[in-house]
Amino acid sequence: MPMTITEKILARASGNSQVRPGQLIQAEVDMVMGHDVTLPPAIAMLERHGLDRVFDRDRIVITPDHFQPAKDIASAALHKRLDQWARRHRITYYYPLGRAGVCHALLPEQGHIRPGEVIVGADSHTCTYGAFAAFSTGIGSTELAAVIATGRLWFKVPASMRIELTGRLPDGVFSKDVILEVIRRIGTDGARYMAMEFVGPAIGQMSMEARMTITNMAIEAGAKSGIIPFDDVTRQYLQGRLKGRQDYMVFESDPDAAYASSLNVDCSMLEPMVAFPHLPSNGRPISTCAGLGMDQAYIGSCTNGRIEDLRIAARILKGHQVAIRTLVVPATPTIWRRAVDEGLMDVFYDAGCVIAAPTCGACLGGFMGVLAAGERCISTTNRNFVGRMGHPNSEVYLASPATAAASAIEGRLADPRRYL
Amino acid sequence: MKERTVMPTAHVYKRDHINTDEIIPARYLNTDDPNELARHCLEDLDGSFVKKVRPGDIIVAGEDFGCGSSREHAVWAIRAANVGAVVAQSFARIFYRNCINCGFYPIELPKALELIEDGDQVSIDFRLGQIQNLTKGTVVGFDPLPSFALEIIRDGGLLEHIKKGLSRQTNRRC
Repeated sequence: MPMTITEKILARASGNSQVRPGQLIQAEVDMVMGHDVTLPPAIAMLERHGLDRVFDRDRIVITPDHFQPAKDIASAALHKRLDQWARRHRITYYYPLGRAGVCHALLPEQGHIRPGEVIVGADSHTCTYGAFAAFSTGIGSTELAAVIATGRLWFKVPASMRIELTGRLPDGVFSKDVILEVIRRIGTDGARYMAMEFVGPAIGQMSMEARMTITNMAIEAGAKSGIIPFDDVTRQYLQGRLKGRQDYMVFESDPDAAYASSLNVDCSMLEPMVAFPHLPSNGRPISTCAGLGMDQAYIGSCTNGRIEDLRIAARILKGHQVAIRTLVVPATPTIWRRAVDEGLMDVFYDAGCVIAAPTCGACLGGFMGVLAAGERCISTTNRNFVGRMGHPNSEVYLASPATAAASAIEGRLADPRRYL
Repeated sequence: MKERTVMPTAHVYKRDHINTDEIIPARYLNTDDPNELARHCLEDLDGSFVKKVRPGDIIVAGEDFGCGSSREHAVWAIRAANVGAVVAQSFARIFYRNCINCGFYPIELPKALELIEDGDQVSIDFRLGQIQNLTKGTVVGFDPLPSFALEIIRDGGLLEHIKKGLSRQTNRRC
């Protein structure tokens, strides 16, 4: 029976020769991730149930990121619980403050993501890692506790949706615009419970960083996972980067594999997109909405806080002044360092931006850029739900780093193509 | 005179995509204390919810309930607010799993918003898979969870389920 890449990975991990959508399986987990919001409760559960142990200290990655550096006493207590546990169990890949970063930028960058593996993380955007031809999905704290103790988890094999991306992206249009268009077309539950498999020549032309922006937002269409086939771009990114085990498995979908649905997007027809409040599916082409006043711009997060994103923003901002509060948050210390080395920080400083330490912070209305009632923010993040970045009456507009940078300059939604 | 038994009341939200940011805003995620979380349950959706909810009441909503973040805090907040059940036309995947893994039965009822109105008194029979709407005098069935998920719920959650499995293994070895 032909299988999709997702089915093949899950068959391998569950010790089956075949699996089919809807089947319930127990799978071995290859890597698991927890952070400062989801791990401390999992630790408490493990202790309460007398399961205070780890299945494999080399297969667990821990980083504080949501509220780090600690934003208040309560979050400092979460960090303390996380830190003591990670040290007590001698977790090999624990990234404390100074090395900590936004988890979904940090794990691939530090070489913890391998093709063909089953990766779970107690964060909904764990689907990001599917960019590496891995099966990767978000879980809750109870499941995190279960995986830490046993290395296994139950899954329902998802049906797959095939999204073919064709055509060349026009100048000023980025992978963020592509995924916002996909979600606009299928809706925030258009891929509910499914694996979104992104294929096609437009994917082939994208860097790993651009691909991660696409799989990162699979959850915003309700998907269980997003996945992109392995190719030379993947191979080159992994070269010399993997920590620990150097081997990995390459699976690919059979040509006659069964898909629940399919979608075609001609990327050459796209223009920069902005998703209006309060759903990521409310995408509009910039030509229809430019001019709407903004109060803040935010460039960062697991969706668009990587070095390529900062380069794009700097290219637009160079020689300009921002008209509104603008925050630039490199997602990891390594990205921060590279931005310094490449002179991007000078551009941001000169333009009037504030540059913050790596954190999820403002993306989820935590700290470092929270919005007041009635304020609007153009943001490179992934969610624009009610109250997501602050007051329930504030508004979040999702866009690419280029569109966010252009809008920062003008103080209103702006077309980045004017600045290229 | 015998005290009248108050049946659970339905709090109906005629909305799809009620997300975990609305159920428990991230500004409260600096704690995992369920009682503290319960004080802010549904705060950004309905600020009056915690004042009006009574033990055993149910939440009724449209499609894709619980979408967004993987924060299990959303399930903890609802449970600690003493909500008896959530009935939705459909659930987002991670929230649905979190419910099962916490031992909290998510009830999927495709026409929930047509069948139950705000303020209706309802009685749920999990064993039979039935919801009785006492206000309207109607009874509707819902599809039970797969037996695998029911076992987790019966054991009280995933970790309890795992512990039972471990002790069964140990017993077999002995």
